[in-house]
Amino acid sequence: MTEGYGAISRRDVLKTSATGAAIAGSLGPGNVAMAQAQTAAPPHAAVSLKINGKATRLELDTRTTLLDALREHVKLTGTKKGCDHGQCGACTVIVNGRRINSCLTLAVMHEGDEVTTIEGLGSPDNLHPMQAAFVEHDGYQCGYCTPGQICSAVAVLEEIRAGVPSHVTADVSKPSPMTTTEMRERMSGNICRCGAYSNIAEAMAQVAGVKA
Amino acid sequence: MRPFTYERATSAQDAAAKVAATPGARFIAGGTNLLDLMKLEIETPTHLIDVNGLGMDKIEAIDGGGLRIGALVRNTDLAADARVRKDYGVLTRALVAGASGQLRNKATTAGNLLQRTRCPYFYDVNMPCNKRKPGSGCAAIGGFSRPLGVIGTSDACIATHPSDMAVAMRVLDASVETIRPDGTTRAIPIADFHTLPGQTPHVETALEKGEMIISVALPKPKGGTHIYRKVRDRASYAFALVSVAAVIGKDGKGAVALGGVAPKPWRVEEADALLPKGSKAVAERLFAGATPREDNAFKLTLAQRTIAAVLAEAKA
Repeated sequence: MTEGYGAISRRDVLKTSATGAAIAGSLGPGNVAMAQAQTAAPPHAAVSLKINGKATRLELDTRTTLLDALREHVKLTGTKKGCDHGQCGACTVIVNGRRINSCLTLAVMHEGDEVTTIEGLGSPDNLHPMQAAFVEHDGYQCGYCTPGQICSAVAVLEEIRAGVPSHVTADVSKPSPMTTTEMRERMSGNICRCGAYSNIAEAMAQVAGVKA
Repeated sequence: MRPFTYERATSAQDAAAKVAATPGARFIAGGTNLLDLMKLEIETPTHLIDVNGLGMDKIEAIDGGGLRIGALVRNTDLAADARVRKDYGVLTRALVAGASGQLRNKATTAGNLLQRTRCPYFYDVNMPCNKRKPGSGCAAIGGFSRPLGVIGTSDACIATHPSDMAVAMRVLDASVETIRPDGTTRAIPIADFHTLPGQTPHVETALEKGEMIISVALPKPKGGTHIYRKVRDRASYAFALVSVAAVIGKDGKGAVALGGVAPKPWRVEEADALLPKGSKAVAERLFAGATPREDNAFKLTLAQRTIAAVLAEAKA
């Protein structure tokens, strides 16, 4: 699902409007220096990644975050940009088996890394068990935070299984139990403004095989 | 974000020498704090040296007891290490009380020590801030000071250090091991690693230009009960209003360090000696000379009560 609706996508329309705004904004004399500075090509670098199992080589402005590389360059727009500052979790992807905020890391820092996005977890015809559980339990309303929630949820269950402790683990010298209390604490980096939290917790409990 | 060139470091000394010799160069490891600040153009490096490929990601036993934690050990891995969980529980507790799972997977031990303040005026580029722009003034003084410092601050800056991990490192008497651009190394006691603002709040650590953290050493285990108690506005994923790291022995003696109250992890060794006398005596010594503001004076009461809760937990 990388293209928009037919010949002109909603994204193209937004891009066109943004360009229009930029031209209008550059007419003032104060913006001349900025316009000149922008004409010098910013530094670029090459990076090779394995995204959802597919080897991908990109030549990027060094400032490109992993999130922008996925969305704007590889056209995997399932991963969402929420706050772009690591506060909301909408951009969560799994890199080398670990969930991270893709907005707070540079793409060029991921040479050789394996990235799994929501598109790599499952497809509409073949849902990942966590995707299916989110559908079954209504683990969303508007859906914007959902790809990040699902990537995070999948990784959270792995973290508990791997014995990573959390703030609610009563005795950190022992492995953490697979409980909804543990899951809820570990999901605190994924914000849902629609407030689907209780349904997300139910979906996770179902996949983990515990009582919600 | 301003444009920058990028390279991967080939050795720790090479990275240190390059940062020292290249104007505008910075190390990048986890990047969770630096990139956030670069997007806001609070940090504007023109060259980034990626140190992630340098190893420095192991936790090793030190001869005679203790652990050496590589600078690049991720917060998740440090918290989950069996030896840390068994012998340095306060450190695991502090780590898992901080940030989110996603951030802990990326953030490094050295980067955690070096993270910048979350003072709202440091983040707001439209406001004066002596830390962000030396000499511009401090909007926090006389402004919204609820999350800010009550001790160790100055008339130039009342920001706090945001780390939970560093507070545990302080109570454990860790030392920060570094390499300089000329290849020499040194160990800086955690007590001396973070500096007080005085009139130079933009200077935050004892590190020299180009000097890079390579590891953090923990002395041999102290035993005792390890507690990290963090009080915050939400139950998870929020910075501390007040936090208390404590290692308390069966005899009631031990050590405490506080977070959320000062520009560095706040510990006063004479206050440790007062632990058997109770929270009031400890808090009075810890906060001797405090300069709370109207919005954050509550932290003095909150800190004493949190110490009381920690001492009660240690006894239980």
